[in-house]
Amino acid sequence: MTFETVIGLEVHAQLRTQSKMFCGCATEFGRAPNSQTCPVCLGLPGSLPVINKRAVEMAIRTGLALNCSIRSTNIFARKHYFYPDLPKGYQISQYEEPICEEGWIDLNVNGSSKRVRICRAHLEEDAGKNIHANEGGHSYVDLNRTGTPLLEIVTEPDMRSADEVVAYLKSLRDLLVYLDVCDGNMEEGNLRCEPNISLRPVGSETLGTKVELKNINSFKNVKDSVEYEVKRQTKVLTEGGTIHQETRLWNIELGQTAVMRSKEAAHDYRYFPDPDLLPLSINDEWIDELRGTLQELPQARQQRFITEHGLPEYDAGVLTSSRELADYFEACVKQFAEPKTVSNFMMGELLRELNQAGTPVESSPVSSERLVELLKLVHNGTISLKAAKEIFPEMYTGEKSAAQLVDEKGLQQVSDEGALEHMIQEVLKNNAAQVDQYRGGKETVLGFIVGQVMKASKGKANPQKVSELLKRALSS
Amino acid sequence: MSLFKLTLKELQDSFTRGDASAYEIARAYFLRVSVVEPKVNAFLTVNDKEAIFVEAKAIDEELKSWRKTLPLMAMPIAIKDNICTADMPTTCGSRILGEFTPPYDATVIGKFREQRFFPIGKTNLDEFGMGSSTEHSAFGPSRNPWKLNYVPGGSSGGSAAAVAADECVAALGTDTGGSIRQPAAFCGVVGLKPTYGRVSRYGLIAFASSLDQIGPITKDVFDAGIMLNVLAGQDPMDSTSADVPVTDFTRAFKKKDVKKLKIGIPKEFFAEGLDSEVEGAVRQAIEEFDQLGGEIKEVSLPNTGVAVATYYIVATAEASSNLARYDGVKFGHRSKGNQDLLEMYRTTRQEGFGPEVKLRIMLGTYALSSGYYDAYYAKAQAVRSLIKQDFDQVFEEVDLLVTPVTPTPAFQMGEKIEDPLQMYLSDLYTISASLAGIPAISIPCGFSQNGLPIGLQIMGRPFQEEIVLRAARAYELVTNWRKKRPAIR
Repeated sequence: MTFETVIGLEVHAQLRTQSKMFCGCATEFGRAPNSQTCPVCLGLPGSLPVINKRAVEMAIRTGLALNCSIRSTNIFARKHYFYPDLPKGYQISQYEEPICEEGWIDLNVNGSSKRVRICRAHLEEDAGKNIHANEGGHSYVDLNRTGTPLLEIVTEPDMRSADEVVAYLKSLRDLLVYLDVCDGNMEEGNLRCEPNISLRPVGSETLGTKVELKNINSFKNVKDSVEYEVKRQTKVLTEGGTIHQETRLWNIELGQTAVMRSKEAAHDYRYFPDPDLLPLSINDEWIDELRGTLQELPQARQQRFITEHGLPEYDAGVLTSSRELADYFEACVKQFAEPKTVSNFMMGELLRELNQAGTPVESSPVSSERLVELLKLVHNGTISLKAAKEIFPEMYTGEKSAAQLVDEKGLQQVSDEGALEHMIQEVLKNNAAQVDQYRGGKETVLGFIVGQVMKASKGKANPQKVSELLKRALSS
Repeated sequence: MSLFKLTLKELQDSFTRGDASAYEIARAYFLRVSVVEPKVNAFLTVNDKEAIFVEAKAIDEELKSWRKTLPLMAMPIAIKDNICTADMPTTCGSRILGEFTPPYDATVIGKFREQRFFPIGKTNLDEFGMGSSTEHSAFGPSRNPWKLNYVPGGSSGGSAAAVAADECVAALGTDTGGSIRQPAAFCGVVGLKPTYGRVSRYGLIAFASSLDQIGPITKDVFDAGIMLNVLAGQDPMDSTSADVPVTDFTRAFKKKDVKKLKIGIPKEFFAEGLDSEVEGAVRQAIEEFDQLGGEIKEVSLPNTGVAVATYYIVATAEASSNLARYDGVKFGHRSKGNQDLLEMYRTTRQEGFGPEVKLRIMLGTYALSSGYYDAYYAKAQAVRSLIKQDFDQVFEEVDLLVTPVTPTPAFQMGEKIEDPLQMYLSDLYTISASLAGIPAISIPCGFSQNGLPIGLQIMGRPFQEEIVLRAARAYELVTNWRKKRPAIR
């Protein structure tokens, strides 16, 4: 029997708010343990939560970008369980009435289009972290992360392969980063995903028993863990076994999944509306206002780069992978209407320098103005592209302009016809044999002659000009 | 006359005029506490006397140059021990909080501190506010100053007893199902439960979040107005506090009658189970309102009969959730010598919570459990809406409702402790106003033959405390019950 893979995804995106979901504490990563806490996020007796308006706005904007409907009355619910990193003994979340419902995201997987439906996205608060010391048998709790706003985005079981899962996750990550609502860094844990995987016989409409995967913290882990789990389930089913509904942990070292807890051990979370928070009303006016602030979404912008700027799909995809990068590109094109030239140089030279330094494009030491100045020098023939690539690293690390560096290094190309004519006559005189060959019909020899002129100019001659003048001289 | 016998208004006037200094006031009250506290046991913590004396002398010194006082300046006020204070432990009458001293003040305490009041101490209560007698306090019961073998009521029994025994000029209580009004009635003092949302709950350790409200317990109605003036107002730290304008509530006392007010008498509050002495006193009070120009009208609140059942589902459900944080991890009591986390949770909570709290956590957990939620919690919420509708409809006909506070006067210590249902029924008349979120006051309206106070309840429309206070004040001025004081010395 052959099986079809069915995958749905739960993604937790940490929202990039300045303060936590229900208090004013900062949300910075990597601070001293428990330094970003207050009575509210510590769950001290008597403290009360207050909803962070920015987090709600980020959820609405994400929902709109995911084509979701936005719920007008929002109820926050308490989800109960005991764990040391959960100071109140409950997590404030949304249960029956999530803020965003029924959207979708369109993907391009290996050349064909694919729609993944979004079932819901809801706001909740993050838990803290338990730290187990190696010695002394002590455990510690760091509550800095407690109360950080999360948007949990849940898909319908629409994905059929690990590739689709990765494509969905990348697309979602780009969208969240683009909207400036999430850092989208899986390694740092501000984007976490939990795939639900089941198999069913091909042609069957009913869903098989699902297994949830946890502990996945990179795109590679996503692909590897899903592929492993699909293989594992296929083997179990092929051998006549049954899949148990359970949560399995991905073990990176072993490249395997292992049972974390079975469904029988599932909690009764005793959800009920949090009486400390009044229902949150979201009116159409507010939604429209936020819709107005939505930037052009990555997919639309990629499409526009193809049609408007004539870029290949690949270039458009790279340049729209972040809003800042796309903004940089468009700033250049505005000053210098040669999109492909800009794109080539950005993808080759600029991104290499930025990636090496780990610098985001918005803090690039070479501004779009300085880059355009350099590209214009190439375009008007002052310097060669090779020379431009040569001086770019110096522009990146220093303050000097392209023109200054060209001057200092004497990189100007010789385009003056008089000077070039002189050199050409010299070369023709010294290479009479090749000249005869050319005139005799062996046109390939032209390259050699051009090379000789370039050599004579110490590489500064404008090669285009040289071959133009050479042709003229040789045909006379 | 001794300073501790004065009302808040009288003490304020005396201090403002300069007749009594802050130091004299502080000394008089700490002396009074040292004399009667061994009999009453109203306090769980009495504040550091010397620290208050230093503050008192500082106030006196500052006022020498310019006598500019604030309404609660130098007023010795007791605080129920479920309201967070940064300078005194806050125990909720529970062992689970251990020696917990909050790192912050409740919003209302902050407001009082701005006025430079004297936080004289933290008063006893039934553990987490769960009880009607203070017998469920982990630290022993308080006693009724009128008869020491009787309960002072609860859960704000310590606050009511402290006011009745002149151990403070006024006190803060909290009311979830009658916890301000019932002890006020039992102790012959005034207790006001404001509209839900009128007073910030930030720093009030939650029992049932949708019902809890802080309010004053005072010697007379005027004092309740003074206290409410400081307590009331929206708080950005409490989302459930209401954005409703706050006026000077004492202006309501200018009218000394109830002319043009329609006063409803809900017949369900005078049914079986009501003690005849209580009924007599309340009927007499209704006569007085007639005399004061009110239009008396019998009305009906048909869902009153299910209020107690509804309350005990909603309140216990919320409590089971609110009390989840007491797990021994971060503060308060932690059981020692456990093998693993689960055992630590279990023994910590076993040792830390008293039997009534455990009972209610179990009830509430059950009501919220998967498969039972709809039958219990969801249904209780639906009934709560019906009860609220009853009030909405009645308040289209009348401005106020007048009822008894409790079915009987104070009962004896130990009388109901073994019978939770009997104990719960003593909240029969106060629970409806809690579920509806409306303001309600308890004022003295007489005494039983054996000398125990009887309380009268006046309820009003949401955020119409002014009308409630006006009627209560008009009544107290023509009856003078408040002038009779317990003989404790």
